[in-house]
Amino acid sequence: MSGPSTYVPKSGLEKWLDTRLPIVRFMNDTLVDFPTPKNLNYWYTFGGILAVCLASQIITGIILAMHYVPNVAFAFDSVERIMRDVNYGWLIRYLHSNGASMFFLAVYIHIFRGLYYGSYKAPREVLWGLGVIIFLLMIITAFMGYVLPWGQMSLWGATVITNIVGAVPFIGDPIKTWLLGGFAVDNTTLNRFFSLHYLLPFVIAGVVVLHIWALHVPGNNNPTGVEVQDVKKETLPFHPYYTVKDGFAICVFLLIFAGFVFFGPNTLGHPDNYIPANNQVTPSHIVPEWYLLPFYAILRAITFDILIIDAKFGGVLAMGGAILILFALPWLDSSKIKSMRYRPVARMWWFAFVLNFLMLGICGAMPAEPPWTLISLLCTIFYFAYFLVVLPVLGVIEKPQTPPASIADSILASKHGSAGLSSAAVPAE
Amino acid sequence: MAVTNQEETGLAGEPTRRDMIYVATGAVVAGGVAMLAWPLIDQMNPSADTRALASTEFDVSKVPEGSQTKIMWRGKPVFVRHRTPAEIAQGTKDDTADLKDPQTNFQRTQQSNAQPGKPEYLIMEANCTHLGCIPVGISEPGYLGEYGGWFCPCHGSHYDTAGRIRKGPAPKNLHIPPYIYTGETVVKIG
Repeated sequence: MSGPSTYVPKSGLEKWLDTRLPIVRFMNDTLVDFPTPKNLNYWYTFGGILAVCLASQIITGIILAMHYVPNVAFAFDSVERIMRDVNYGWLIRYLHSNGASMFFLAVYIHIFRGLYYGSYKAPREVLWGLGVIIFLLMIITAFMGYVLPWGQMSLWGATVITNIVGAVPFIGDPIKTWLLGGFAVDNTTLNRFFSLHYLLPFVIAGVVVLHIWALHVPGNNNPTGVEVQDVKKETLPFHPYYTVKDGFAICVFLLIFAGFVFFGPNTLGHPDNYIPANNQVTPSHIVPEWYLLPFYAILRAITFDILIIDAKFGGVLAMGGAILILFALPWLDSSKIKSMRYRPVARMWWFAFVLNFLMLGICGAMPAEPPWTLISLLCTIFYFAYFLVVLPVLGVIEKPQTPPASIADSILASKHGSAGLSSAAVPAE
Repeated sequence: MAVTNQEETGLAGEPTRRDMIYVATGAVVAGGVAMLAWPLIDQMNPSADTRALASTEFDVSKVPEGSQTKIMWRGKPVFVRHRTPAEIAQGTKDDTADLKDPQTNFQRTQQSNAQPGKPEYLIMEANCTHLGCIPVGISEPGYLGEYGGWFCPCHGSHYDTAGRIRKGPAPKNLHIPPYIYTGETVVKIG
């Protein structure tokens, strides 16, 4: 909802700066006066939470890089030195490793919120696409970060994932060798992963700027999915109304984060990664970090050849497709109604999709044996069917409820609805 | 030329000096970018020390019958399995089975100079052809798969006693590195 700027420079310095580099005006329009729909709920605070996660990862990461040694002979020991000898090193490393988990927890909630309220639909397709790019970059960054401690899971996770590239017909093997800088995951690989793991968060930060830009052109979606019609009646300035709401949510989120850091710092990790890497023995059960399990399950679900595509490349295509299909989502969902609040049938499918995604996560953590192979396959089929069949077809055949005519109407209606419960408690505005 | 100002176009549409500079600069930039890109890309390929193909020699008589050992070659482990007569017989019998990557038991022990190798010693790169984990073989605790050869615990590929893929996501048989017997029991890999 980028309209004309409402910023009026107050001090002489601001006036002077405003005609040279209007950065204060820009920050004011973006973070202070930005008109935000009145009816955003707490599911909409995860954007702010994610910004905090990215900042936290960059700060703790830069500090860790001051103490970490990217060499196969020293990497594992340097991480242990951070844990035992560096002042507060344990805290900074646990913040970073658990921070990655919290980052993904928040991003999954953020994505599923977008799916529920139809935040990917016109005019927010570019906003959604940029979000998918950020998610992809996060996955790559997190994967490379997990290699750095050079434990057993680091080495073998890296081996498995880089072999995915090798599955591409004809050019796969040279590309894999090029990525690894050798014939197996070794020192060269560790060095370049460290370099890229340091670089990519800043690339993410850049795409986040574009994501926020693309958000601020059409403005926020909201739980009704009805666009803002009357800026004065239906929106509030971002500050203080949403800075405080986001701030409160961030505090609650950080409490949970701190809970993991101080009381269960290794709950989400894998004990095998405290065994130094050994290129002669594969751990009996390789699993990625929890946040990649659903996609790992999709990779393993394809155990049969599909026409000319062998099982290995098929698994790779399915896993890549599971993320790339999100780019096409704005054009796959045929419904004119954005929010699933007014699509009772679609809502049921959305809940099924979330449960299915969680089930894929469980499958990814289980050994590749029956019955998990079959369950993985069924869940993978449902995952794709949701995007390729359910959403395109539902938009045509379902009978949605009528959304409110405007955000203002929906706010009035909810006030009337709750009047019986708290007749005296309606705050004077 | 889109950038050429109409008034500066030479007589009868002749190219001007500015057109000439525009084209020349563009060509140099394109050539320069292409030439500079290659070193920046190629630096990530294996360096000379990695490429220096270390070959390794190994005395296969050190592996007792019915067991296997792992040796390192090019930074990767290689299986040397001393097969029992029963395992060799099973391998030959399965030559006619429905194989995903058809190869005979004989071919599986052939030297890289196309001479027959020793049927009891199976020498193979130890990385599963699916995603590169090391399959569990004999003389290690763990399940050996439905065909009694190797089982990859990562994604469930089953290999038979000749290291051929029989079931699971792996597309190929375990890869045979180039090797030649240089003595009665000494093999040179690479």
